[in-house]
Amino acid sequence: MKVKVISRSTDEFTRERSQDLQRVFRNFDPKLRPQEKAVEYVRALNAAKLEKIFARPFIGAMDGHIDAISCMAKNPNFLKGIFSGSMDGDIRLWDIASRKTVCQFPGHQGAVRGLTASTDGSTLISCGTDCTCCLINVLSFPSCHADCACLHIQANAVYVGKNAYWAVDHQWGGDLFATTGARVEIWNHNRSQPVNTFEWGTDTVISVRFNPGEPNLLATSASDRSIALYDLRMSTPARKLIMQTRTNSIAWNPMEPLNFTAANEDCSCYSYDARKLDEAKCVHKDHVSAVMDIDYSPTGREFVTGSYDRTVRIFPYNGGHSREIYHTKRMQRVFCVKFSSDASYIISGSDDTNLRLWKAKASEQMGVLLPREQKKHEYQEAVKNRYKHLPEVKRIVRHRHLPRPIYKAKELRRTVIDAEKKKEERRKAHSTPGSIVTESVRKRRIIREVE
Amino acid sequence: MGLEEETGGSAKDVPPTEQELSAEFDTTLQKYLRGEGADLEALKDKKLKGQLTVREKLYGNSAKAAAKFEKWLMPSEGGYLEAEGIEKTWRIKQDQITREVDILSSRNQYDIVLKDLGPYTLDFTPSGRYMATAGRKGHVAIVDMKSMELIREMQVKETVRDIVFLHNETFFAVAQKKYPYIYNRDGIELHCLKEHGAVSRLQFLKNHFLLATVNKFGQLRYQDVTTGGTVSMWKPTSAAPLVKMLCHHGPISALAFHPNGQLMATCGREKKIKIWDLRKFEVVQTIPGHHAKTLDFSQKGLLAAGTGSYAQVLGDFSGSQNYSRYMGHSIAKGYQIGKVSFRPYEDVLVMGHSMGWSSILIPGSGEPNFDTWVANPFETSKQRREKEIHTLLDKLPPETIMLDPSKIGTVRPYKKREKPTKEEMEAEKEAAVEAVKDIALKKKTKGRNKTSKRVMKRKVLIDKAKKPFIEKEMQEAGKLAGKRKLGEETELPASLKRFVRKKAAV
Repeated sequence: MKVKVISRSTDEFTRERSQDLQRVFRNFDPKLRPQEKAVEYVRALNAAKLEKIFARPFIGAMDGHIDAISCMAKNPNFLKGIFSGSMDGDIRLWDIASRKTVCQFPGHQGAVRGLTASTDGSTLISCGTDCTCCLINVLSFPSCHADCACLHIQANAVYVGKNAYWAVDHQWGGDLFATTGARVEIWNHNRSQPVNTFEWGTDTVISVRFNPGEPNLLATSASDRSIALYDLRMSTPARKLIMQTRTNSIAWNPMEPLNFTAANEDCSCYSYDARKLDEAKCVHKDHVSAVMDIDYSPTGREFVTGSYDRTVRIFPYNGGHSREIYHTKRMQRVFCVKFSSDASYIISGSDDTNLRLWKAKASEQMGVLLPREQKKHEYQEAVKNRYKHLPEVKRIVRHRHLPRPIYKAKELRRTVIDAEKKKEERRKAHSTPGSIVTESVRKRRIIREVE
Repeated sequence: MGLEEETGGSAKDVPPTEQELSAEFDTTLQKYLRGEGADLEALKDKKLKGQLTVREKLYGNSAKAAAKFEKWLMPSEGGYLEAEGIEKTWRIKQDQITREVDILSSRNQYDIVLKDLGPYTLDFTPSGRYMATAGRKGHVAIVDMKSMELIREMQVKETVRDIVFLHNETFFAVAQKKYPYIYNRDGIELHCLKEHGAVSRLQFLKNHFLLATVNKFGQLRYQDVTTGGTVSMWKPTSAAPLVKMLCHHGPISALAFHPNGQLMATCGREKKIKIWDLRKFEVVQTIPGHHAKTLDFSQKGLLAAGTGSYAQVLGDFSGSQNYSRYMGHSIAKGYQIGKVSFRPYEDVLVMGHSMGWSSILIPGSGEPNFDTWVANPFETSKQRREKEIHTLLDKLPPETIMLDPSKIGTVRPYKKREKPTKEEMEAEKEAAVEAVKDIALKKKTKGRNKTSKRVMKRKVLIDKAKKPFIEKEMQEAGKLAGKRKLGEETELPASLKRFVRKKAAV
């Protein structure tokens, strides 16, 4: 007969010296784990609860301006700094780590309406309602110390125009920048007059953005409720899309440069594919008041919006509802938001003269994580996502405290939408089938597209 | 499902051994896939379809990695017993086996005779390292099975009916004459569970930290050992049993569950062992000729039945749940086997009998490879403490005690709702009206609180509640009327039939 019995020698299964690590043996057989799903469910529940316990997104406020903040700009070469311009013409460079002002630039006589930095980070361009456009050399500023007074720097060049400027944006990788106001003007750094002008209609153009992937393409929004796409190589504007309400700001997706998202006055954001403007790709609806500014994360997977209803929301690039909302009692109307270039922080500039620094992921542990901590966080995230559709877990994951005015406004909007829907259904039910056609949400807000 | 073939080339080119290997790999792969993948063809939502395809691919990859790990990286191989020539495995005796195996394993075959203190019952910790035994006359002992060292021995001076370990070897519960008690490893009495009364059997649910007790009246009680509160009667969420089965024509003498949770073995007075499939609740096999007082399944699915002084081990070797004789052992005549229990992760069967306990070797009964995070026979005290905390964090709520625990997180199957009958609709209408009647109307002041207005308002509320039901009824009536209309066109009354145009006769 042939016989063999399990026999384990202690040496093989225990460590040799006390300095060694304990030995770990694995057997992934599901037979050894009869209730693995229930255990995973309990872990998902605990992970959701822990995430809520550690959710502290607000890091700090940067105080210094004496009037509302109207615009901000990121420096592509310097991660720690951010430029901000306020309604009284003051432009400052902030050090995000210490939340202090590094430099103060001369600024404008009136409000600063637009700020942008060139792609190599050497020049800051600002424009304002006093019809001037300033170019400032920013290469040579020192890093900030807590006790050192902030420096004042002179402007490199000041270009004067005919009308007040509303927005400015710099070309990616080129040396042209565009200002908007009465019309869209393309400038070169060295020329004091615009190189090119575009005009379509008689209304003011209120925002402009260059496409990160295609440097000659830019999108603008005007106060006649339109979004226009211009190509610098053509002498005429390319395409125009007219909506029912005005677009306050546009942002191109840095990872999918064909798509852009427009922040609209009717409390939603519309994502479009620039090649096909007759239908929105996605409608992002969660704000209760006009959306003022929008910025994409460098990953291209989510974007942050700031709204007139005193909140900052983070949306996934393809999802209709926000995944996160940030609000503080002290933060008033949010006029501009920026996603930091390492996709970890969000900076919001608001009416109460403060810039606020938030975490992009509210419960993220900042700093250097050990590999074990990293793995544990990833595991908890994964197990929470696997069971997040179950009611108990969903309730905890979705829960956010909303300030009372926002909560009430949301309820009101919900009632209004439900009532309209019911009316529509009744009209349909009482008329010949096919006579009343409901338009899809993605097309509803678009009036027409013009070549 | 996004799986790629392990061996390239057509079936003709691959030599047969490799084909067998790939077939074996596929079966292990199926085990790690844990069921069928989702049917993605039926989905119309493209975004969801894309997300699910990616996930299914990930599952496939992780299952493949686990199957490869099992094939190549496991430290130990299982035991086996193969008879040569005309030998039969069930005729092979323990001393023959003991002569053939190594010294360490042969030490696992012994008899311990303790004449005075009554039939012994026993329990193992999940790692198989520690054993708790209790004699009927009050002898309680905790033994370390690796070193055969007696950790603690005591005499509780009362009848002891059952003993069970709690979550690790530092706590155990003893069902004594009047109440069950919980003791420390040092033998210190920690708790006396008075509410349970005189208990005959104990079981511990280690994932839920629940101690289940049953007394001679058939009352089942759960005790949460972390908080100390009793949960409730039968099942923590329902007062009635989930399933009632008539297994035997007579009292059941023994019961055991297969570790995969799908098979159950029962034995009744009529000397038959029946194997049940727990998904369909029907008999898979009946094995005649055994009147077993105790049954136990091993980790590898071998079934041990203890009758009198003879223990029979049955094994399922063809994989089709057909149990046949594997081994047998008879202890000294006159000793009555009280309880058989396989030792986890070892090829050992321990029998508690009226004169002590005996341990015999059953090759192929234990799982050769243990997982450190599940049960570790070589656990240090630090690892034990960490494990206790982690299992406490993962403690399952009593609501997860269910027939099929893999149902958690799955989608409930869509049940087509049949049209409610007239009575049901009437009942629903009544219920809606009753609900509305309970609403308290605001009491208005300044002369606006007229009775006539209040009555009108209540009437309006009731009409609003009835409205959807009346609409439904009208819809149904409309449909019937439509159907009748069609019917009537073809059926004219007899007096008018003469005016119907008939087809011209040829």
